[in-house]
Amino acid sequence: MSAPVLSISRVSKRFGPLLANDAISLEVGPGEILGLLGENGAGKTTLMNILFGHYVADEGEIRVNGKVLPPGEPRAALEAGIGMVHQHFTLADNLTVLDNIILGTEPLWRWRSDHGEARARIRQLSEDFGLAVHPDAVVSTLSVGERQRVEILKALYRQARILILDEPTAVLAPQEATALFATLKRFVARGLSIIFISHKLGEIMDACHRVAILRSGKLVAQKDIADVTRAELAELMVGRLVPQPKAVAQEPGVPLLGLAHVSVRRGAASLRDVMLQVRAGEIVGIAGVSGNGQSLLADVVGGLLPPETGTVQVNGAPLSAISPRLMVECGVARIPEDRHAEGLIGDMSITENVVSEAYRSRFSSHGFIDWSAAAAFARTIIDDYGVKCPGPQARVRLLSGGNMQKLILGRVMNANPCVVLANQPTRGLDVGAVAYVHEQLLKARSNGAGVLLISEDLDELLALADQIAVIYQGQVSPLMARPMVDIGRLGLMMAGQGFIHGEQDHAA
Amino acid sequence: MEALDILFTASLWAAVIRIASPLIFGTLGELICERAGVLNLGIEGIMTAGAFAGWLTVYLGGGLWMGVAVAALAGAMFGLLHGTLVVPLGLSQHVTGIGVTLLSTSLCYYAYRLVFPEVTSPPKIEPFQPLSVPVLSDIPLLGPALFQQSPLTYLAFAMVVAVSWFLYRTPAGLAVRTVGENPAAAEAQGMNVTTIRILAVMAGSALMGVGGSFITLSAFNSFFFEMMNGRGWICIALVVFSAWHPGKALLGALLFGLFDAYQLRLQQLASAAVPYQVFLMMPYVLSIIALIVMSRRVAYPRALMVPYRKGER
Repeated sequence: MSAPVLSISRVSKRFGPLLANDAISLEVGPGEILGLLGENGAGKTTLMNILFGHYVADEGEIRVNGKVLPPGEPRAALEAGIGMVHQHFTLADNLTVLDNIILGTEPLWRWRSDHGEARARIRQLSEDFGLAVHPDAVVSTLSVGERQRVEILKALYRQARILILDEPTAVLAPQEATALFATLKRFVARGLSIIFISHKLGEIMDACHRVAILRSGKLVAQKDIADVTRAELAELMVGRLVPQPKAVAQEPGVPLLGLAHVSVRRGAASLRDVMLQVRAGEIVGIAGVSGNGQSLLADVVGGLLPPETGTVQVNGAPLSAISPRLMVECGVARIPEDRHAEGLIGDMSITENVVSEAYRSRFSSHGFIDWSAAAAFARTIIDDYGVKCPGPQARVRLLSGGNMQKLILGRVMNANPCVVLANQPTRGLDVGAVAYVHEQLLKARSNGAGVLLISEDLDELLALADQIAVIYQGQVSPLMARPMVDIGRLGLMMAGQGFIHGEQDHAA
Repeated sequence: MEALDILFTASLWAAVIRIASPLIFGTLGELICERAGVLNLGIEGIMTAGAFAGWLTVYLGGGLWMGVAVAALAGAMFGLLHGTLVVPLGLSQHVTGIGVTLLSTSLCYYAYRLVFPEVTSPPKIEPFQPLSVPVLSDIPLLGPALFQQSPLTYLAFAMVVAVSWFLYRTPAGLAVRTVGENPAAAEAQGMNVTTIRILAVMAGSALMGVGGSFITLSAFNSFFFEMMNGRGWICIALVVFSAWHPGKALLGALLFGLFDAYQLRLQQLASAAVPYQVFLMMPYVLSIIALIVMSRRVAYPRALMVPYRKGER
């Protein structure tokens, strides 16, 4: 390898008791794509945020082309030629693409910006690298894929030589991801260096030249992609072998959840004429790129959003009114998308959280809450579901993501639900916790519940679901039995092929 | 019929513009603060400070324009106070703003009593005189209304153009808008969010100060207590009405000026059977209605009232 463009030496960072980065050293050469592989919470994003100056490292230093980068200054990182495409885009939605790109590239105190020249340069860059996006479009009108292109253009406009992409494919349909990889190849052909952060093995194998693996804040290995297999990477990333629970074939029973011609609108998002049925003892998977109506679908089934037209049936009975409480009483178990916002109340205790769906019935006596029964219930859940915590009185905020999810699972599965609504149930969890959640969903299935699993992770759906439908711009495709599903076709459907409304090509 | 005839008098329209002038300054000032993501409820007090500081400067022998400059400076200083409390320290913008208003107003009254311990009638100064624009001021109806105004009024209209230009055409204006939309985006582009927000609040507050000085240096010729009379709060509403656009802010201020000037004249027409408070109320009722009509679906700055803490996760 020629002289490294970027070298990170012995960088450490602590967040309270958590050692997020432990003396990490890395080098990136010119024209190289380095994969940074690790589970959620392994310290990848922290390391990159240190590199970019969002966080200040407790120890260690970073050199770009041999020069030390001053810590904690994004401006210095930008000037040294580092460009970062954040996992959560840092775009101002109400401003235009042009505004977002030129921000901070001109001296602040000029009496006017030169929009004409900037527009021409953006057009040129778009053409050179195949990143089509209109410079005068307002960001809020763009698709997720287009926003990502704006983020990349931001870095290119500043003539970045090192591009960091943080989980860039999390928000993309498979075809868009393929297009992104092609763009990345064009960058390195011109001598740029790329750090590609991911927890998906396949992508790392496809896109990178070399890979560095992080585990619990430590750099555990660096390998050339040519010298390593997928299985080896998996073991290095997780540190042990995690058995994936397997679904046992079983005959589905009676319909438990049915949506007929359901349409509803909330802000810019909508559901259009959704037909869906979940039977006892089966898992129905909903695939789709983030932001295509998944949260509306979940809110309709969870009772938070009454449909404008159409009917919802639970356990064979059509519901005349819909409310979250009614759904809980009908036996719908809700595992919400955002554990912090809709699942649990962080500043209340475990006991208070586990009784929050049943405090009016099961834990109430003569209008008072039976706290000893509640605490006993909390202890049962903590033991049965292996929640790691100091005790039932602990505040939920102190738990890790995986333990929060176990708590939610315990709360809803304990009531023997007839329908389980799981919306992105494994997002942000480590591999062990993911396996646990999968095991619980399969257990609910074998107990005869109907499970509706909404997920952006195709691997998860293909491993668990008996039938799969695709959601695109609020429309839900007919169900396909898993053995019949072809991944290529699923990807095309996720990008809108075969849907009536709003069909458009994002794969450019 | 008489009520309609009022609409065709030059004096009505001259009054509309006179009433609107301080509101234009105040609304533009608040607009800049809010575009940067900071609600500035200190406006009522900051305008009072501008009114007092500007007037005192002139009373002590400074020129009228010197008074305006001192008013701007006084406004900027209270802006610095507000900005420091809510931006780097991240305090509640509502509570801090009201605190700034109370502090600033009381300080002015206190200073007034220190300077004039024993006066009963407020001391007077020689205020700005109307400046007639040659030729244009001879246009019937419009001429006297638009072109025989105080120099500060012309400045107010110029500021609408200047603030518009600043926000939409300059790099610094883009920086202000971005920190009010998504501070993380600004930081990712190497901007210093704290500095930009504080400077925006100071600049906005300076405009509020100038707006206050219009009251004592142009509309009246002395300073007395309670003279701001809620104009700052009107500006807060006008910013919402304007959907955070300087041009619409001007429109809103003129509309409020029209309601107010009109009700003053209606009061004189109406019989004693209608209590005059009904007319006093009218501009506010109409403003609320206008707000409902205009502002239900506006896109407000996304990061308004959201403190930004670097490196927090």
